[in-house]
Amino acid sequence: MSIPKFVTFTSGAVPVEMENIDTDQIIPARFLKATERKGFGDNLFRDWRYDASGAKIASFPLNDARYEGQILVAGRNFGCGSSREHAAWAIADYGFRVVVSSFFADIFRNNALNNGLLPIRVSEEFLKAVFDEIRRDPKAQFTVDLDRQTLTVVSSGRSEGFEIDAYKKCCLQNGYDDVDYLHSIADRIEAFEASRK
Amino acid sequence: MGRTLLDKIWDAHTVRVEDGGRCVLYIDRQYIHEVTSPVAFGGIERRGFGVARPSQITATADHNIPTVDQHLPIEEPESRRQVEALAENCARHGIEHFRVGHPKQGIVHIIGPELGFTQPGMTIVCGDSHTSTHGALGAVAFGVGTSEVEMVFASQCILQTKPRTMRITVDGDLRRGVEAKDVILYIISQITASGGTGYFIEFAGSTIRSLSMEGRMTVCNMSIECGARGGMIAPDEKTFEYLRGRERAPQGADFDKAVARWRELYSDADAVFDKEYRFDAADIAPMITYGTNPGMGMAVDASIPADADPKALEYMGFKAGEKLLGKPVDYVFVGSCTNGRIEDLRRFARLVEGRRKADNITAWIVPGSKGVEAAAKAEGLDKILAAAGFELRQPGCSACLAMNADKIPAGKYSVSTSNRNFEGRQGPGARTMLAGVAVAAAAAVTGRIADPRDVFDL
Repeated sequence: MSIPKFVTFTSGAVPVEMENIDTDQIIPARFLKATERKGFGDNLFRDWRYDASGAKIASFPLNDARYEGQILVAGRNFGCGSSREHAAWAIADYGFRVVVSSFFADIFRNNALNNGLLPIRVSEEFLKAVFDEIRRDPKAQFTVDLDRQTLTVVSSGRSEGFEIDAYKKCCLQNGYDDVDYLHSIADRIEAFEASRK
Repeated sequence: MGRTLLDKIWDAHTVRVEDGGRCVLYIDRQYIHEVTSPVAFGGIERRGFGVARPSQITATADHNIPTVDQHLPIEEPESRRQVEALAENCARHGIEHFRVGHPKQGIVHIIGPELGFTQPGMTIVCGDSHTSTHGALGAVAFGVGTSEVEMVFASQCILQTKPRTMRITVDGDLRRGVEAKDVILYIISQITASGGTGYFIEFAGSTIRSLSMEGRMTVCNMSIECGARGGMIAPDEKTFEYLRGRERAPQGADFDKAVARWRELYSDADAVFDKEYRFDAADIAPMITYGTNPGMGMAVDASIPADADPKALEYMGFKAGEKLLGKPVDYVFVGSCTNGRIEDLRRFARLVEGRRKADNITAWIVPGSKGVEAAAKAEGLDKILAAAGFELRQPGCSACLAMNADKIPAGKYSVSTSNRNFEGRQGPGARTMLAGVAVAAAAAVTGRIADPRDVFDL
């Protein structure tokens, strides 16, 4: 089993210009009852996208037809709160492949990486430039280059590098999966267990 | 250079280090529950793998279950299916499972320490961010995602970057009416809801030492609410006495040997932490939150800060600069992995004894486990509560995340001893104010936000 290989792409972006977006907002607990990993995208940001009657809230960016693309852009401390991986599943299932923010909560960042969803941490200044660019042109394009570890605003050519650890980068680029890897080193793990006794 | 407690435990569990610094970390115990495990079971089965070390996994149903009439089938079909899937998966893979109604069932973070599974020096994970609770016993314990649950199923290891270290020292005697919950709400209000991100916290200082094991669990439980991977407290005599005789702790001579090992678990005097904070217990009052993340907290008698987040205040229906004291409350929730232990129920029962629940209040008093429920009944707490108009419900996560029927209606105000006040956390549109047991008790008997130091003889 593997995750999809991550290749360089250019896309528009959807801006959710709020800080401290917690995983209860990304996917409320009442939608965590599935026993299979599918369909979570329908309930992504459920209570911000839909009102109590189930009608779409037009002002929420995901409902705003001006925005489209595979990049979600959000304010700092994205993904805080609950460890539910359903948050990463919902974002990926909706069709995003990248989340850009100036700061990610730890568990969310790991969960995203384990699902081929790339969290790109940029500076506050660059994040502001990205939001400004989308305000200027809602169809603004951005290029995500994992190999060079850069996020580029296409119209201006302005670019910022991002960090990712070498192991996870290799996993994303090759579609490797940690479970298969860990299972493959069972001998080492058994030797470790024996050494502790 | 000296090593921190985290260094000692982490390094002793590192099987190997990958390029880029990720560690293959060996996990001594994994706890699982019905919400974050089914996809992980599906994952290993699709790969054709078995569960590598079923005896090192403990399962319980807690998130989705009703807190009344637990002998009846769960009404909600999706919740029932998830709970049934856990039972089936555990049976198929030989994992010990405490199902609803079992005398050892309860919230996963309550039963782990209560049954003695959680021990000093261990590495512990669970697909639940409040796994940090177990750090109170001197374990490295943290929440993980479902992919990582699957990794542990497949290999008893996860791949993890070692967090940076942070020490939070609180010294001095707690003021009148102040409890462990107030200490952690105060800390988070000072360092913010993201101040601990990237770090693993060690709580230290005389105030922390003075707390009971239950209180220490309350503090460590909420480490994640400032973004930290986990929080821990070096084990001491209190820890050892807490574990002595617990069912799954070492027994007899083995226990003494274990204690000798556990005594080595402390940060060396010359250990250097990546970040340090110091707080004075004298600055901590009974706390309450006014906003929509756990960092938006203040003393219960304080005014909402002038610069409070307007979006949060709009959701809560509050104004910057106003006091919360005297504002009406609709619901009081006592329970959760934060404040659902026997000490919490004792405190609540003692405070409301001889008084009456206010008519405008709906109160849910939910024990954290069957063990807590049994102890509460054995001590007669259920009768004290009943005489004051409160019902002791059955154990589960309940209104903390409202996955079951215990939902706060839209627009209603809840004073909750749980851990998160996010928008909609306790039900769509619910307005949650986090607090300790005493502030919850004061709201329960007065029907309003009140200072427990004025309401009770504290």
